[in-house]
Amino acid sequence: MTNKIVVETLTLQYSDGAESLRNISMDIREHAITVLFGPAGGGKSSLLRCINRLNDLTEVRTLKGRILLDGENILDPKIDVIGLRRRVGMVFARPVVLPLTIRGNLTYGLEVMGEKRKSKLDEAVERSLKQAALWDEVNDRLNDPAIALSGGQQQRLCLARSLALEPEVILLDEPTSGLDPISTGKVEASLQELKKHYTIVLVPHSVQQAARTADFAAFFLQGELVEYSEGKGIFTTPKEKRTEDYVTGRFG
Amino acid sequence: MKLSLNRNLVQRFGFSLITLMALMTVIPIIGVVIYILIQGGPAISWQFLSGFPHDGMRQGGIFPAIIGTFYLTLGTAIFSVPLGVAAAIYLAEYASENMATRLIRLAIINLAGIPSVVYGLFGLGLFVLFLRFGTSILSASLTLSIMTLPVIISTSEEALRAVPQSFRTVSISLGATRWQTIRRIVLPEALPGIITGVILGLERAAGETAPILFTGAAFFLPRLPGTPFDATMALPYHLFVISTQVPEMPFQIQYGTALVLIAFVLGMNLVATVIRSRARAKRQW
Repeated sequence: MTNKIVVETLTLQYSDGAESLRNISMDIREHAITVLFGPAGGGKSSLLRCINRLNDLTEVRTLKGRILLDGENILDPKIDVIGLRRRVGMVFARPVVLPLTIRGNLTYGLEVMGEKRKSKLDEAVERSLKQAALWDEVNDRLNDPAIALSGGQQQRLCLARSLALEPEVILLDEPTSGLDPISTGKVEASLQELKKHYTIVLVPHSVQQAARTADFAAFFLQGELVEYSEGKGIFTTPKEKRTEDYVTGRFG
Repeated sequence: MKLSLNRNLVQRFGFSLITLMALMTVIPIIGVVIYILIQGGPAISWQFLSGFPHDGMRQGGIFPAIIGTFYLTLGTAIFSVPLGVAAAIYLAEYASENMATRLIRLAIINLAGIPSVVYGLFGLGLFVLFLRFGTSILSASLTLSIMTLPVIISTSEEALRAVPQSFRTVSISLGATRWQTIRRIVLPEALPGIITGVILGLERAAGETAPILFTGAAFFLPRLPGTPFDATMALPYHLFVISTQVPEMPFQIQYGTALVLIAFVLGMNLVATVIRSRARAKRQW
């Protein structure tokens, strides 16, 4: 297995002094689920938002270090950001469906990139919905407003919407935080299926979810990467005292 | 038991009072419309709407004033809508919060507070005299545009800001540019609000007298304006003239003119409402 993403000495500070990252270095493996976990404000979301440059929308005071995607530094101001976002998809904590039809949500990303061929769009709609385990529930009403779907369906639609672009990396920021256990189970099952083809970086909404899904796990605390290891070891036999305190529920 | 009965009574009384107050706000508008309908209704005829005034405006119709107000409103729309909507998009979507944007915002707010007669004098100085557009539809439209801009900008900006920020983030994260995000997601969502703002602004322009007084309105013209550089008659100014400047004016003609002006403005309102409710019905979320 190769490293899809390499983070090198990344330091980030927002202008308003909020959440920041301090000297983070980590490798993210291809075709695996890497979870970033830890208490709120630890920098997990900030790291995710760096990986597809959504941080461009926020005022940043300092940004140092590099993030290499297949060896290319994506923090370089000269890179094609639009192209990057096609390669690195993102699913947010709260499902945000665009004010379009179900189909319109799925084809949006392709359409803004200039794809007009109906056959291509139809193909992407069906493929992405099947990958997100939503096809059976919505294939007979693709032209309904997406807002009419239930919360769990909306979140899977958001996942499908990222998948429609055939990205290489999928970033998920607490994708199941608003979902019931059954919907959560469906999303987690999809992720296990998806990691065969994609590189997945997940911020889970609980330690339990982290332990269930992780191939690799990184513990973040106050902008610092405390511990990073392969497999579930970090949840059962953590090396660091601070990690142990967190996973055993002594704080957070 | 007795206490809760008492509370219910108080509540019923309170709500009745509030309902009454709310209904009272409707009375003036209904009163004005009914009064003008009764007084001016008999004056309305095909000849009144399509004829020229004659006999010192005591006889005949108000056709040139109707056409003039139409031209002025159209002219105002041509200048103020693109400018106003573009400014709103800039302020809501592109501008960062700094000294310059705060200054622009302050200017817009203050622009809205300037009395309309001051716009008239400004238009006279800038467009009529300095730019040598003369007393013309062009000068009057430009003056009305400046007056209308703050309404269009602030309502449009409000409408744009009401579109959830998360839509923008998601659109960007799917690889759209900021402009694509605005055009495909934000503008369609904000359109009903923008249209309402535009029509509200133009309504005000259509009904104003003071800004066109020195810049484009004519007391009487024997023929319709042919180019934007001609002066024009206009409904509000015509109403002012026949109410104050012409002795022994039949009052039916005054009220008839007022009725046409009100119908013009309320008609625009109706169009705005229809467009808005259509857009709402089509909204997909």
